[in-house]
Amino acid sequence: MASPARLELSGITKRFPGVLANDAVGFAVKPGEIHALLGENGAGKSTLVKMIYGIMQPDAGEIRWNGQRISVANPKAARKLGIGMVFQHFSLFEAMTVLENIALGMDAKIPARDLESRILAVMGQYGLKLEPHRIVSTLSVGERQRIEIVRALLLNPKLLIMDEPTSVLTPQEVDQLFTVLRKLAQEGCSILYISHKLNEIKALCDTATILRGGKLVDTCDPAVETSRSMAEKMIGGSLKDISRAAGRSFGAAKLAVKALSLPADGPFGTALRDISFTVRAGEIFGVAGVAGNGQNALLLALSGEATNANPASVTVDGVDVGHLQARARRGHGVASVPEERNGHAAVPIFTLADNAVLTARDRLGMVRAGLIDTKAARTYAGEVIEAFSVKATGPSAMAESLSGGNLQKYIMGREILQKPQVLVVSQPTWGVDAGAAAAIHQALVDLAATGSAIVVISQDLDELLSLCDTLAVINGGRLSPPMAVAEAKIDEIGLLMGGIHGEVAHAH
Amino acid sequence: MGIDFIIAAIITVVGLTTPILLAGLGELVVEKSGVLNLGVEGMMLVGAISGFAVTVYTFNPWFGVLGAAAGGALASLLFAVLVLQLNSNQVATGLALTIFGTGISSLMGLSFTGRIVMPFASVFPDALAKHEYLRLIFGYSPIVYFALIMVPLTTWFLKSTRAGLILRAVGENDLSAHSIGYSVIKVRYAAIAFGGAMAGIGGCYFSMVITPMWAEKMTAGRGWIALALVVFAGWRTGRLLTGAYFFGILMALELYAKASGFSFLPSQFWAAMPYAMTVVALSFISSRGTAGANAPACLGKPFLPST
Repeated sequence: MASPARLELSGITKRFPGVLANDAVGFAVKPGEIHALLGENGAGKSTLVKMIYGIMQPDAGEIRWNGQRISVANPKAARKLGIGMVFQHFSLFEAMTVLENIALGMDAKIPARDLESRILAVMGQYGLKLEPHRIVSTLSVGERQRIEIVRALLLNPKLLIMDEPTSVLTPQEVDQLFTVLRKLAQEGCSILYISHKLNEIKALCDTATILRGGKLVDTCDPAVETSRSMAEKMIGGSLKDISRAAGRSFGAAKLAVKALSLPADGPFGTALRDISFTVRAGEIFGVAGVAGNGQNALLLALSGEATNANPASVTVDGVDVGHLQARARRGHGVASVPEERNGHAAVPIFTLADNAVLTARDRLGMVRAGLIDTKAARTYAGEVIEAFSVKATGPSAMAESLSGGNLQKYIMGREILQKPQVLVVSQPTWGVDAGAAAAIHQALVDLAATGSAIVVISQDLDELLSLCDTLAVINGGRLSPPMAVAEAKIDEIGLLMGGIHGEVAHAH
Repeated sequence: MGIDFIIAAIITVVGLTTPILLAGLGELVVEKSGVLNLGVEGMMLVGAISGFAVTVYTFNPWFGVLGAAAGGALASLLFAVLVLQLNSNQVATGLALTIFGTGISSLMGLSFTGRIVMPFASVFPDALAKHEYLRLIFGYSPIVYFALIMVPLTTWFLKSTRAGLILRAVGENDLSAHSIGYSVIKVRYAAIAFGGAMAGIGGCYFSMVITPMWAEKMTAGRGWIALALVVFAGWRTGRLLTGAYFFGILMALELYAKASGFSFLPSQFWAAMPYAMTVVALSFISSRGTAGANAPACLGKPFLPST
């Protein structure tokens, strides 16, 4: 008889009010197997692993562990079984040291000195570099993830769940992570790897289970599938490519940034240092970089939320706007979409129509004599909903009632339909499913085709490479020289992204 | 000004410092767990009357101190239920606790007004406690020594014990602590109850040592000074001790200005000083940047785990 699977799920069902998050999902993970769990946002991947890790309980179905039927009451019970998890959003404590953070993740009481030597042993074994006494807030995202991994490895897991581990890493850090995961798998640890990055899954995983709308679509071998065939299983339809006119040429410089500097906002912010670039009419300019390297500050400096003493630091069509506030800059045709949807780009407890008034009131004349033209606002909100196929009950729907992806489509539409001269967007497709992301990308390309200049700040390198004409990398608040995307090399971009943290030296 | 005067002055400062040191230590632990309890003044008053009442009935000041701790903790648990279970606003609930504590202590104290108890005097033999010079070290109520012992104990607890690490983690990032598997609510209940007990003991110092009798609102705003002290100290126990003595000296200056008229400024100026410093320190709360990165990141925020 063959040895039982490390983990076997059958008929797992979980229902939330109004949604069936998991509908009779079943698959098995063998010892030492790297198993991908693939699906769009909202496909039910996170819910499923939360049940395996004991954060939630399934409504029906059974979980078998080495052939034994089990119920996982809480994360502590999961860890006792040998299930470790590295979360997408790290559960770290910024003001504490690496050592304290790891100690918090341990169930057994281990004296600090023993713990430190065990941490050093695990780090040496897997080539994970960390300084135990550093404060977490001073670490890069890749280093933070290593804390989580070390924390999980100290428990000698038999199954390690990784929830979208690479979304914030540089290409070099991704390579390092894969080396660790392969080594673990060789030693017999099973890995459940959640991602929607198909090329990574092809490179790393032995098996892929694809979820769509809470249902199991397929379990396949990523080596024989193509990225495209898996993507189509994920979205349940055929994938559209971005279409753009061939042989486009760019017009005159529209947005020019000259020697822009901005002090750091708070103890954990990043200062901008001497940033210069130019975006021409019709050009899409991408800003790549690992989170926390000044992207937020750059968006604020361009949108006008952060003003600059030097008016010439930002110019639009030759007009100095560096000293102007966001509203005045909107008057010059600058629109922006910040990264945080709820609370920054939109007010959650306002209707979509009211949210339209907040940024479109001047350009589209929605306020007369200090009074809101409700009808104009509702009409415009309706147009955005229609044009961007936003799933909402109408202009009176509350912004908070929309799913993340739909709200993002609405916010992007609200800015794009104002036909801005310059559009600055941050993470345009974060948490948006592949279909909606394609629609947003197409809308940006179409806007550029009308002669607008567009700046896209994103951590998703694939997105930037497929969308942008020109690309620069931000690191530690400095911007690299721009390069044409057609000539850019991934390795080079990766090295620029890793810049300040000294990862370059030991990347092979 | 002889040596007697200096000894007397130091003893006065120690006496004035002890209640705010106790209440401040308690509040520091509460805030380190991420909860802002503005009800310190109310809890001190409840502790003052509870301690006094228990002493009157049992004739034993040790039971009185226990009663004060229990009274303060009970009052704080009222706050804890509202804030932790019902997610009410911490600032508003804390203010309500102060108003409630003021009222309930007056009510409880109606039948105790005018009565006196034996002061909770030193446990050392008179030869030491009443000695001309040695009373500087041995001449205090046991509560003073308790407060001083609690400073290194609290430091040790927060820095070196696992429970203290978990408490700080809960105050730093409640959602992460929850996802690792710690009970944020239980930790905060414990911290709030400890804060209440410490405030209660601080309160009973007024009714059992300083006067020793019960009077309405006898803590006279010291709860607010204790709150300011925590911010003033940047959530560090060592600085809290220094800060408490700094405030203690300011308060003593008022007494001496009144008694001897040494100051060219009116005594009201000195009376106002601790409170003026309180306002200054509390203004730091609104400007986190200057208060130092040591402020617990979740201070005052309700714990709302996603489903």
